[in-house]
Amino acid sequence: MTDQPLLKVTNLKKYFPIKGGILGRPVGEVKAVDDVSFDVFEGEVLGIVGESGCGKSTTGKALLRLIEPTAGGVHFQGKDITTLGTDEMRKVRRDMQIIFQDPYASLNPRHNIGKILSEPLLVHGLAEKKERTEKVHEILRIVGLPPEAADRYPHQFSGGQRQRIGIARALIVRPKLIICDEPVSALDVSIQSQILNLMEDLQEEFGLTYVFIAHDLSVVKHISDRIAVMYLGKIVELADRDDLYDRPLHPYTESLMSAVPEPDPDVKKERIVLEGDVPSPSDPPPGCPFHNRCPYVMDVCREKVPALEAVHVNHYAACHLHTEEGGDADASINHLKGEKA
Amino acid sequence: MTEPVLNVEGLRTHFFTDAGEIPAVDDVSFYINEGEVLGIVGESGCGKSVTSLSVMGLVPNPPGKIIGGTIDFRHSGGKVEDLRRVSGRRMRQIRGNQMAMIFQEPMTSLDPLYKIGYQITEGLRRHTKMNKKEAHRKAVDMLKIVGIPRAEQVATEYPHQLSGGMRQRVMIAMAMACDPELLIADEPTTALDVTIQAQILELMKKLNKEKGTALMLITHDLGVVAEMCDRVVVMYAGKVVEEGDVRTILKHPKHPYTQGLIRSLPKMSEREERLYSIPGTVPKPGSIKDGCRFAARCPHTFDRCVEETPELLPLAEGHACRCFLYDSLEGGGAHDRSTTAEGH
Repeated sequence: MTDQPLLKVTNLKKYFPIKGGILGRPVGEVKAVDDVSFDVFEGEVLGIVGESGCGKSTTGKALLRLIEPTAGGVHFQGKDITTLGTDEMRKVRRDMQIIFQDPYASLNPRHNIGKILSEPLLVHGLAEKKERTEKVHEILRIVGLPPEAADRYPHQFSGGQRQRIGIARALIVRPKLIICDEPVSALDVSIQSQILNLMEDLQEEFGLTYVFIAHDLSVVKHISDRIAVMYLGKIVELADRDDLYDRPLHPYTESLMSAVPEPDPDVKKERIVLEGDVPSPSDPPPGCPFHNRCPYVMDVCREKVPALEAVHVNHYAACHLHTEEGGDADASINHLKGEKA
Repeated sequence: MTEPVLNVEGLRTHFFTDAGEIPAVDDVSFYINEGEVLGIVGESGCGKSVTSLSVMGLVPNPPGKIIGGTIDFRHSGGKVEDLRRVSGRRMRQIRGNQMAMIFQEPMTSLDPLYKIGYQITEGLRRHTKMNKKEAHRKAVDMLKIVGIPRAEQVATEYPHQLSGGMRQRVMIAMAMACDPELLIADEPTTALDVTIQAQILELMKKLNKEKGTALMLITHDLGVVAEMCDRVVVMYAGKVVEEGDVRTILKHPKHPYTQGLIRSLPKMSEREERLYSIPGTVPKPGSIKDGCRFAARCPHTFDRCVEETPELLPLAEGHACRCFLYDSLEGGGAHDRSTTAEGH
């Protein structure tokens, strides 16, 4: 790891307008991602975990500007990419790739695998025709598929094989960073572990950096170095993997982890079953977004939004249980920066 | 002495498609005792959902057809009926009344055009002599039992007004309304978030304990199995490969597939450097005719595995496994025992 983060996200926001009435005027907004800041260092895996609607996928897509962020900065290798024009952005995307959740929907059914995999080379002008075929065969071998696969079409492959193709497509331009948006959640257990192992091997071989987005805590825990837990568009906790699992600070993290059923009848956990549902992101509760489900709710939680602050070294939590009175948002971000420097 | 509520013997459900005959469920036998929770575990395409649809008499025909076996259902009075042989009319009396089912997708299994209350009363009015008012009251009561706040109001709302977890609660309320003896739940929490999953599992456990409803839980999630089940049946490519009580299956699995499946899961309470993985992919149903269906992916394969089809061998009280590795240990008695386990 170097001192300079590969990716630096500051106060990232994505608000989707809600349109209503016959004139389609905006009547409100969904705060899908609401003021999210984090760093990703070279060679690490940052896991982003949360339940549906927490904004983890929107965050992932906003990092690549596949969804245009409403506000905030995304610095990749020290350069703010949110202000780049289309051509410049395309160049940057050579170094930032994405793997999608659904290996069925993310491959064009009318193109054979050879065409799907040579497309990124073509777009980035990386190889001549002959060389492209070689590169396609090479990448297929790397992800564990036979070279004949290049002549076949997506429907001829199983889910796991398609996910390998998705990985190959991201990898063929030799990126530095890959955003993995739920890459194994559509796969069967026995295939899931194959893909996770492949991703770990590739990370080592090519020195990749991953932002790994998933809802499955055991998968995220397995692959990540650091983990960010999201709830209603905000990061509520960010820490090293082991630290997070051994000493969760945020009540949401705690309950989320206790809710995961263990495949072992001897592991008896204190289960914290949360009441109610995740509130709608279009109408989040005032104060802490988690306060209406939190078992430790205090008066201050209903009024004031807790900021993400360092509670221990490299362990951040946004919870009034762990803040001193009067810690404001600016101070905490400075804190965050200070800690990393 | 408990007798099985459901006893399935040698069930075969095949699909007749343009690509040929596909044996989705191939000679499957299992039973569920009164008040018991049985888990049916396997990956996509192993036949676990088709098994449950066969029991409910809901296999789409054509292309699907049950071509063999018996499905004995025991009513609370003690009368046993083979559901394969009853008329469509009789089946409709049983289904939703003595036997009910919850599906994976609460979004698609509720009718978007009818109010929640109406959808629950539909079954009640069909199966009981309740009038509209009584049925409505019962529906509201059911909503309260499954933990829906503002039950009165929710009964007058439409499915789209509820969240995924709430819809699954409504499904459970609907299924439990007529006090069935057997509840089949097909991946009931797969579409839900973990914190909501915990709520729904808690609820199903409570209903199972309080009402003594036998539960057949179909899932791919071994964590859910550990949490909920008394006994487990593991399926692979249309066949039962292992069966036993939950502790035996999860702690001391015998079949190489069960072993591989458990080892390939990342676990919250352990730190593993590298995950075990089963090589290859799940075979297409019907693609393997002779030999063990797991042979191509098994780390212990020997000649016999590809030549002969293994039988389900009893290993201990209530524990059986379909693998030749344990056949030699059995000595001469193996053949006799395996025939008893298979049934006729």
